This record gives sequence, structure tokens and C-alpha cells, in this order.
Amino acid sequence: MNPPILQVEGYGKHFQLHEQNKLIPSSHNVSFTVRAGELTALIGPTGAGKSSVLKGIYRTYLPSAGRILYRDAMGHELDLVLASEHQILELRRREIGFVTQFLHCLPRQATLDVVAQPLFALGVSRDVARQRAAELLSAMKLPERLWSVSPATFSGGERQRVNLARGFIAKPRLLLLDEPTASLDPATAERVIGLIEGLKAEGTAMLAIFHHPETTRRLADQVVELAPPPAVEELLEEIA
Amino acid sequence: MNKILEVRGLSKIYGPGCPQCLESTGPEADTNLCPHCGSVVAIHDVSFDLFEGEILGVMGESGSGKSTVVKTLYFDQAPSSGEAIFFDNDRQYDLFSLNAAQQRWLRNHRFGMVYQNPNLGLNFNISAGGNIAERLLMSDLMDYGAIRERAKALLARTEVLLSRVDDLPKHFSGGMQQRVQIAKALATQPPLLFLDEVTTGLDLSVQARILDLILEIQQELKTAMVVVTHDLGVIRLLTGRAIVMKYGRVIETGLTDQILEDPQHAYTQRLVASAL
Ligand SMILES: Nc1ncnc2c1ncn2[C@@H]1O[C@H](COP(=O)(O)OP(=O)(O)OP(=O)(O)O)[C@@H](O)[C@H]1O
Ligand SMILES: [Mg+2]
Ligand SMILES: [Zn+2]
Repeated sequence: MNPPILQVEGYGKHFQLHEQNKLIPSSHNVSFTVRAGELTALIGPTGAGKSSVLKGIYRTYLPSAGRILYRDAMGHELDLVLASEHQILELRRREIGFVTQFLHCLPRQATLDVVAQPLFALGVSRDVARQRAAELLSAMKLPERLWSVSPATFSGGERQRVNLARGFIAKPRLLLLDEPTASLDPATAERVIGLIEGLKAEGTAMLAIFHHPETTRRLADQVVELAPPPAVEELLEEIA
Repeated sequence: MNKILEVRGLSKIYGPGCPQCLESTGPEADTNLCPHCGSVVAIHDVSFDLFEGEILGVMGESGSGKSTVVKTLYFDQAPSSGEAIFFDNDRQYDLFSLNAAQQRWLRNHRFGMVYQNPNLGLNFNISAGGNIAERLLMSDLMDYGAIRERAKALLARTEVLLSRVDDLPKHFSGGMQQRVQIAKALATQPPLLFLDEVTTGLDLSVQARILDLILEIQQELKTAMVVVTHDLGVIRLLTGRAIVMKYGRVIETGLTDQILEDPQHAYTQRLVASAL
């Protein structure tokens, strides 16, 4: 078996909304392992907190409970729950990628540069980075006339391909994917699935949420089913 | 990654101050004005680290003390207390124990500032090119021809029309004035740049182009920046980490996406919710 890169142990997340004096449970007692060159898929009904697990690992959310042990390229293990902000930023730059449904980019930046951005940040020359971006975008059949304009006005499916290309380009060690094929037509989704398989073969560990059970069946080496978190009252009892 | 700036316990009180100033002000007290002595506790106990090439956001409502933070670090105002260490290659400077000449030297050579109000950053009585030349002269550079060439290159980089190099900045649009300010701040290629509400009050499209320019510069030159703004959109686009201030105190710090998507403090939750 391939070595584990990520071990999530008892992850939990709830939101405390001060204004409304409310506690909102989002993920509860989630545990699993992600290995190099393998894909772990999260499944479960809406409200089971799938996205909130990905966001907790990326530290867009501050986890409320558990440990997230990550083994970095140097072989050091660190708990992402406790890692410093600068450690997290460094990991995001060098090792951990996240493909979401949202795209925040500068209004004037050309799609090619939006995609090449992670390579720019690693100090790769602009020409080489753009060349690689162009390869990925053509592999995903994003029309070439769109490459030089900003993705700000793109359709959902076009934007999703930009996000994917940007997530793939630096070949992260760990890639988090939140419904990466949700807004794609079947033929384009098929191409993306091919690229995911390619990255996996090159050793990237992946943690993914797929819209279609069929995609999960095809790509996942391991499936983790999440149950919706218990109601607040039960959570409180547990804490007490 | 190396640290470039370490700020600890930075405070600034305007007024005589009294023993009750601190307990009578801040987010809990809901004011920065001491009811006992009338002093303004503009900032108190602000601490943060900044790393090379990093962009840190300072957010908060009007009067929360954002500008005061950068003004003290740029030596526009002396702090009441606190410490700041600037790490510059192999040297390190304890900013507030330097003498005036040393502080001026750092300002002119190693720091850059872009103000919301171009009046503060530019000399309106001399041309755009002259403004940049002035800064280059202060940093003891070269002959007239070289300075003029460098000034033109900087203005070109910040997309100011070269045909306007000899015009007075007071005849420029707001967006163009900011570009000249940015060119001036960058003249000495400082490793540390302070930006105070640089896009506030500009048209959206002009804003967008200036934000683009700032990020391009950051990527090209790896300049570390402290970006002060009350605009959460600017915070999201430019910064990796942010601090949230209210009535002079830091009430939350974190990764920018975390502050915007999972704010911890009641105040930040309200701030973010109201911006959606
Ligand atoms: N020279 C001064 N004398 C007295 N009070 C001052 C002085 N400069 C600033 N203050 C006060 O210090 C507090 C913080 O001001 P500061 O300019 O840092 O706020 P800010 O967060 O930048 O606000 P804005 O978003 O409106 O620019 C305010 O209450 C302000 O009135
Ligand atoms: Mg201000
Ligand atoms: Zn007082």
C-alpha cells in the first residue's frame, strides 16, 4: 500500500454564531486516511459536512475538534489544526491544492495567467508557466479565444475548467477537489476524469467530493461515508 | 521564508493619557475616547509579524486605528509605546529607538508608502517625473540623466502616459495620481511597502486596474506589503493574512479566507455578513 499523506482523526466542526447566539454543527467525528497516488472520496447526504472537511484541511475553516496529520515532502508530520498561518501558506504554495466552485481573481488578469499563477508563485519562468497552462486548457477543451481574457465573466463550466487547470498545474502532493465536474458536460467531464487519473498515476494524493456516484465508483480507491452531525443538544451533552 | 517585520505592543494615544485610558476604551467599552481625560486611544497593543513578499491586510471600520498602525511604522507619527523590528538582509533595525536621521534614511531607501490622499504622498507643485526624481535624489542616486530615465521607466511600469511626465500631478485623475504615488514609492525598490486605502474613492474599473498593478508588482519584486482597507473585496483579492481592528485593538487575526468564511469574533461575523 502507498504511504499515507493525510490522516484525519476525529475531525469536527461547528460554527458559533454570536449574533444569533447559535451553535451550528457541520461535521462530526470524521476519520480517514489519504495515500499518495490514491483518491479518497467523501460521500454522504447534503448537510453531512463534506465540504467542511475539505475546508478544515485547507484551514479556510478552523477545525473545532480532532487532528489532521499531514506528512510533508520532507517527511515531517504536522497537525494542520495547530500549524501556524505561515506554515499553512507555505504548504498551500508548495504542496496542497484546492479546487472549489469559486474563482477569485483579479479583474484584469488573463485566464492563462490565472491558471499559471501557482507556478509563478513557485518562481517558474513566465513563459514556461504559460506554456504549461496552455497545455492544460487545451486538454480541457477551453476555447483558445478565452485564454487571453479574464475569467470574471465566464460561464460555470468554463470557470470550473479554469479552476481545475489552476489546481492541477503545480502537481500538488495533496489535492482537494470539491465537485470538480459538477458543471461540465459529459464529454468535458470525461477529459477531466482522464486528467485526474493522470495526476493520481504521478503520485498525487486526492481527497474528493463528486456529484455523481458513478464518478466516485470510477475514481475512488477508498470511499468514506459521512453521516450528518448530531443535533446541537447531543453535541452539548457530549461536551458536558 | 524570512521575517521582515516584527511588531509588538504598538500603541498610540493622542492626548495627555491617564491611568484609566486603557480600561475605559476598546471594543468592550465601545469607544476609543477616554471619558476621564479625553484622550484618543488610537491603537493599543497591536502585534503582528510580516514575512518577506507577504501581503498582510489591516481591516476594520473608520476610526479603528488602521492608518495609525502604518503611520507609526512609516515614522509619520511617533508611537506612545511598543516595538518594531525591521529585518533587512543581514541587518536589523529597532525602528523606534533609531534617531531621526536613521529613520529618514529607512523611509527614503527601504520603505515605501502610498496614501489614500495623494496630497500626502505627492508634491503637487512639481511634475510627476519630478516627484520621483525627488525620491531618487534623497536616496543619493546618480546624475540627472539617469534619474530622469529611471523616473520614466517607473511611470511606464505603473502605466502613466509618458507624455505626462512633465505635468503637475494636481492635473491628474485620482487613479493616475495613485499610479504616480506607487511609482514614487517603488523608486528605491523597497522591500517593504505600506498602502493606506489606495483604491478608496476611485471608480470600480480604475480600482481594479490599480489592484492588478499592486499584485503584479508584488509578484515581480517580492515586496512585502501592509495593506490598510475597509473594503473586504480588496482584502480578499490582495492579502494572504489579515488582522481585524476595532476601537484601536486587534480583535482577530487569521488567514484571509478563514477570516472571511469562518470569522470567530462576533464583530468580524457582523462585518463580513454586512458586506455580502
Ligand atoms: N492627530 C490626531 N489627533 C487626535 N486624534 C487622532 C489623530 N489622528 C488620528 N486620531 C484618531 O485616532 C483614531 C484612529 O484613527 P485612524 O486614522 O488610525 O483610523 P482608521 O482606521 O484609519 O480610519 P479610516 O478608515 O476612517 O481611515 C480615530 O479616532 C482618529 O480620530
Ligand atoms: Mg485610515
Ligand atoms: Zn484617559
